[in-house]
Amino acid sequence: MNVVVCVKQIPDPATPGKLDPSTKTLVREGKLILDDSDAYGVEMALQLVDKAGGGEVTLVSMAPNNEVSGLRTALAMGAAKAILVSDDSLQGSDALGTAKVLAAAIKRAEPDLVMAATESTDGYTGTTPVQIAELLGLPSVTFAKHIEIADGKVKVDRQTEAGYDEVEVPLPALVTVTAGVVEPRYPSFKGIMAAKGKPVDEVTVADLGVDAGAVGWGGAGQQINDITAAEERQAGEIVEDEGDAHERIVAFLEQLKVI
Amino acid sequence: MAIENVWVHAEAAEGKVRPGSLELLTKAREIGSNVTAFYAGDDDVSAIAGQLGQFGAKQVLAVDAAGALVGVPLASALAEKIKGGDAPDLIMFASTYDGRDTAGRLSAKLDRTVLTNASGLEVEGDTVTISHQVFGGSTIVKAGFTGEKPWMVIVRPKTFVAEAGGEGSAEVVNLEVPDTGATNTAKVLQRHVEETTGPKLDEAAVVVSGGRGLGEQEKYSMIEDLAKLLKGAAGASRAIVDAGWVPYSHQVGQTGKTVKPDVYIACGISGATQHLVGMKGAKNIIAINKDKEAPIFSIADLGIVGDVHKVLPKLIEALKAKG
Ligand SMILES: Cc1cc2nc3c(=O)[nH]c(=O)nc-3n(C[C@H](O)[C@H](O)[C@H](O)COP(=O)(O)OP(=O)(O)OC[C@H]3O[C@@H](n4cnc5c(N)ncnc54)[C@H](O)[C@@H]3O)c2cc1C
Ligand SMILES: Nc1ncnc2c1ncn2[C@@H]1O[C@H](COP(=O)(O)O)[C@@H](O)[C@H]1O
Repeated sequence: MNVVVCVKQIPDPATPGKLDPSTKTLVREGKLILDDSDAYGVEMALQLVDKAGGGEVTLVSMAPNNEVSGLRTALAMGAAKAILVSDDSLQGSDALGTAKVLAAAIKRAEPDLVMAATESTDGYTGTTPVQIAELLGLPSVTFAKHIEIADGKVKVDRQTEAGYDEVEVPLPALVTVTAGVVEPRYPSFKGIMAAKGKPVDEVTVADLGVDAGAVGWGGAGQQINDITAAEERQAGEIVEDEGDAHERIVAFLEQLKVI
Repeated sequence: MAIENVWVHAEAAEGKVRPGSLELLTKAREIGSNVTAFYAGDDDVSAIAGQLGQFGAKQVLAVDAAGALVGVPLASALAEKIKGGDAPDLIMFASTYDGRDTAGRLSAKLDRTVLTNASGLEVEGDTVTISHQVFGGSTIVKAGFTGEKPWMVIVRPKTFVAEAGGEGSAEVVNLEVPDTGATNTAKVLQRHVEETTGPKLDEAAVVVSGGRGLGEQEKYSMIEDLAKLLKGAAGASRAIVDAGWVPYSHQVGQTGKTVKPDVYIACGISGATQHLVGMKGAKNIIAINKDKEAPIFSIADLGIVGDVHKVLPKLIEALKAKG
């Protein structure tokens, strides 16, 4: 069974984010890392391929400046190869534009199953994967918290407002996973060394045959008009507990007429 | 041309329209002259048509998902209607499981952008501008549509306040699902409902949440006890949901629920930006954390620098004593 995992490479969320005042987009400079949200998809895919007893995991990523750091992390976890779409013309793409590019790249790998995260850490539109599924003519199941594959079908426990649904879908299909669906492994030293030699196929928009007008700033159906600082919530009173802090809380709740 | 026709995704549970859908209908009524709801789900549409009407929908487009996940059948039926010439100016969805599925499918079918995570929406003449929080809510980005209509937006819960204001029941119009080929093959085999008692997390006036600072799963009972005493709901940070201490339905934050209670009590929660976006709309925030540098204190009205294992038992006792 062949699985494609969409992995986003993002600026380290631990370092404070910046917006470029002229282009009004996130500054994506410096080294990018594997989005934590996608580590779950990579792990899940590796386990499913393992259970199926054959096949491989291919990564697909769209990132600026031929960035591969995040891909190397996922390759070190055990993925076999990667397709990287990097092209200056992609800057400013919206979720649908991104989906068009990713869908074209995924097609190349002819997967039985496509995996992505329910939402990325930096963009969190949560729509890219479903758009990809639609463009590829695939069924999709989002918000998977458990996945099993048998007899050419994927069985998913899908998170809902009230609990979860058991959903079944025939392959090929696209599934998005939530954090916690599996515990991602740490790349081993051997894995890290092996990752260096694994193939990363770098392609451009033209290589993929995607309409240049559909991506980048021109293809995006949105524009950013303004960026402002949010109204800050003021910190109130901070009290060190001297054994009587609960009384302060009770008094506060009484004042608010909660009790 | 102004925004006239607005379509709103209606979701329901147990015969009642979800609060998030009512919030959208209220806003839709304010900005458009003609509001239409669309619905696919387990509940019989006739049961919710009355409520949809009360909140301003003149019509409800009903789609029979026939046991499939609703995204594909619902989006396909809408796309067919829109391509047939009956297109609205704006289509609104809530940031829910099915809302995102449907919006994503429809966006690709119509080749239209969908703006997501809106926490505000303004209409001026023929422009629609949405606000969107980035960097944990510290920065607000305002974005508008540039492409052709219909425009699509996914709105975060609690962005608008739901208020009834329509008349009569929404007229039910059934839409056929066109042939959707392989895409419409995700079938729901069974639904599992996790039992909850007390008020719902996103509707409760008081929310008490616990985080990793509780130390171990068993200690979450303190959170539940306190929530019960305050007639509130028990929430959680993602750290303890991922750890399997509590079900996901308790999670507050970017990938969990958005809550706006009168009082939010954060116990042993550091205050990561992804947690803050889900609760900083609370009217009052109380935080208990042993680290006085914890970011949660920067937004707390009352911050207690202390050990949850000492403060919470005493607080629970004191509230019990008050009866
Ligand atoms: C894409 C993405 C989405 C996310 N979505 C969410 C989300 O929806 N909701 C969410 O909550 N998180 C979310 N997170 C995770 C978030 O970044 C944090 O990791 C998480 O909120 C931390 O949970 P915590 O505060 O319980 O744990 P920690 O950050 O580990 O904090 C524990 C706190 O407890 C305090 N403490 C320890 N012992 C005690 C004690 N005895 N008494 C009092 N205090 C004590 C510590 O000082 C510390 O501040 C998301 C992350 C990503 C990347
Ligand atoms: N540029 C990208 N490259 C690879 N995968 C992506 C990219 N953008 C989005 N995805 C996938 O789609 C998921 C949801 O992204 P988003 O729509 O940004 O919330 C991500 O977690 C990834 O799995």
